[in-house]
Amino acid sequence: MLKFDHVSKIYKGGKHAVSDLNMEFEKGEFIVFIGPSGCGKTTTMKMINRLIEPTEGSIYVDGEDITKVDPVQLRRKIGYVIQQIGLFPHMTIEQNISLVLKLLKWPEEKRRERARELLTLVDMTSDYLDRFPHELSGGQQQRIGVLRALAADQSLILMDEPFGALDPITRDSLQEEFKKLQRKLNKTIVFVTHDMDEALKLADRIVIMRDGKIVQFDTPDEILRNPVDEFVEAFIGQERLVQARPSIQTVEQIMNPEPVTVMGNQTLSEAIKIMKARRVDTLLVINENQVLQGYIDVEMIDQKRTKLSLVSEVMEQEMFKMEIGTLVKDTIRKFLNRAIKYVPVVDEKNRLVGIVTRANLVDVVYDSIWGDDEIVL
Amino acid sequence: MQLIQDLLVYYADNASYVWEQFYRQFLMSAYGVLFGAIVGIPLGILIARYHKLSPWVLSLANVIQTIPALAMLSVLMLVMGLGANTVVFSLFLYSLLPIIKNTYTGINNVDHALLESGKAMGMTKFQVLRMVELPLALSVIMAGLRTAVVVTIGVATIGTFIGAGGLGDIIIRGTNATDGTAIILAGAIPTALMAIIADALFGWLERKLAPGKKKKGIFSRDEVTV
Repeated sequence: MLKFDHVSKIYKGGKHAVSDLNMEFEKGEFIVFIGPSGCGKTTTMKMINRLIEPTEGSIYVDGEDITKVDPVQLRRKIGYVIQQIGLFPHMTIEQNISLVLKLLKWPEEKRRERARELLTLVDMTSDYLDRFPHELSGGQQQRIGVLRALAADQSLILMDEPFGALDPITRDSLQEEFKKLQRKLNKTIVFVTHDMDEALKLADRIVIMRDGKIVQFDTPDEILRNPVDEFVEAFIGQERLVQARPSIQTVEQIMNPEPVTVMGNQTLSEAIKIMKARRVDTLLVINENQVLQGYIDVEMIDQKRTKLSLVSEVMEQEMFKMEIGTLVKDTIRKFLNRAIKYVPVVDEKNRLVGIVTRANLVDVVYDSIWGDDEIVL
Repeated sequence: MQLIQDLLVYYADNASYVWEQFYRQFLMSAYGVLFGAIVGIPLGILIARYHKLSPWVLSLANVIQTIPALAMLSVLMLVMGLGANTVVFSLFLYSLLPIIKNTYTGINNVDHALLESGKAMGMTKFQVLRMVELPLALSVIMAGLRTAVVVTIGVATIGTFIGAGGLGDIIIRGTNATDGTAIILAGAIPTALMAIIADALFGWLERKLAPGKKKKGIFSRDEVTV
C-alpha cells in the first residue's frame, strides 16, 4: 500500500531531517509515527503527499512512485487532517466537507448527498450542513476535519496530531470514535503524534523515530514487551512499562516456586504436621516424579481421618491448574471468575513447578500502582 | 438662521448645478479608486507572493502618499495638462498605498494552517488564491478601498485648481465672493457627506464580507497595520 524506499530529506546546509527510511505498510493498517519534536516524523508524513519533496529515495503508494504523479492529483487522493483543524471559516460545513469533491468536479447534488451521508458517520445531524465552523465546538470541528479527509473515499489518510489541541475528554472520545471508524472503513492511516498513550491506543504498528531515523517499528505489544533500547524505554515511560507488565507477564514470573506439597503415600498425620509447620490449610499432592496428583485440605482430613490413613485415599483429584506460559492477565480473570484462592502451575508433563496465590496477584497490582519506586516510610 | 436660509436658497436656485458637480467629483474619485484597485490588488497579491519585492513597492507607494496634493496636481498638470484626467490620475496614485498595503496584509494574515489545508487537499496555487486567500482577505482589502475612497474624495476637491470641476468649484467661488460663507458651506457639506456616506457604505461591505460574519456597529473600523 505504502512503501518508503531509502527515503532521505536533506535541507540546505546539510541537515538531515530524515535519513534513509525503509518501511512498508499494509492496506488498512493504522500506523503511528511518534518521537520527540524535531525527530522528522511530520517531515516523513508530509513527504507522502509531497508537501515536502524527498531529497533521495522514492515513496510508493499502491505501487506507484509518487514523484512521477502530479502532486495536485496525488493530494486529492490522500486525506489530510491537521492539528489546527484548518476548516475554512468562510465556508459552511457542507462546503468544507465537500471541498475535495468540488475540486474533483462532482455535481452539486451528489456533493450535498455525500456530505449528509458523512455526517451520519460521526452522529451529527444534517442541520449542521449550513452552519459555519465557528458555530461548532472544537470536537465537532475536528470531526468535520476528519470527514473532509474521508469525503472522496480516499484509501490513505494522513493525520498530523489531529487530536492534540482538544481537551482530554473530547480527545478520548474522538480517538475511540475514530478508531472504530477506521476499522469499519478499512482505511490506511498514517498518524503523527507525540502522545504515547494515543499511539498505544490507536496504532496497529508504531514507528518510533529519533533524529530522522527509525528506532523501532513494531506493534504496540511488542514495543512494550521488548523496547529495543533505553531511548524507547524512556520514551514509553517507566510507568507504562510497569502497567503493561500484567498483560505481558506469564505465570511463572509471579508464581511461588516452592509450593507446600505432600506425597500420596504419606499418612494423614504427616500431612497435618506439614500444614502446621508451614501454616497452610491445603497441600498439593505429588508423586515421586513431581507429577501433580491432586490436593488435600484440612477439612477433608478432619472428616475422614477416622476411616482412612493415607493422603492418596483422601485427596481430591479434580482441580484447576495452569500450564507455564499462561499470561497473568488471563490468570487474574480466572481467579476473579471462579473465586478460587490458589492455582498450581504445572509444566507440559504435569509436573508441579509452582503455585499462584492471591498474595502473588496482590504483588502484581501493587507493582502496577507504585511501580519500582522505593518505599519511603 | 440667516446662514441656513442663504444655504437653502443657494441649493434651491442651483440644485442641478450642485448635483452635477457632486456627481462629477464622485466619478473622479470612483475612477481613481477603480484604477487604483485594478493595479493595486494584483500588485498586493504579487508582493505577498514574493516578499522580497514588498519593501520596494511599499516604500514607493509611501513616497507617493507623502507628496502634498496640490504639488502632485501641479506637477502632473505640467505633463498631462488641465482637466479631469489629470485629477483622476493623481487620485489613482493616492489610492495605491492603502490598497496595496491592505491587500498585502490581508493575504499575509491568512492563517497558515488554512493554506496548508487547501494545498494538501489538492488545490492548485490559483485555487488556493481564489478559494481561500482572496475570500479571507476580502474584508481587509475592502478596508483598504474604504480608506482610498475617503482620501480621494478629499483630494478631488482640490481638482478645481486645474480645471477639473467638482464640488471644489463651489467652495472656491465662495472664498472669492464677499460674504460667501453660505456658498462655501454649499460646496463643503456635500463633500463631507459624500466622504461619510462612502465610508459607511464600505464599512458595511467590509463587515458583510468578513469571514465568520461578526456583528459590529456601523462606524467601527478594523485597524490594519503593516
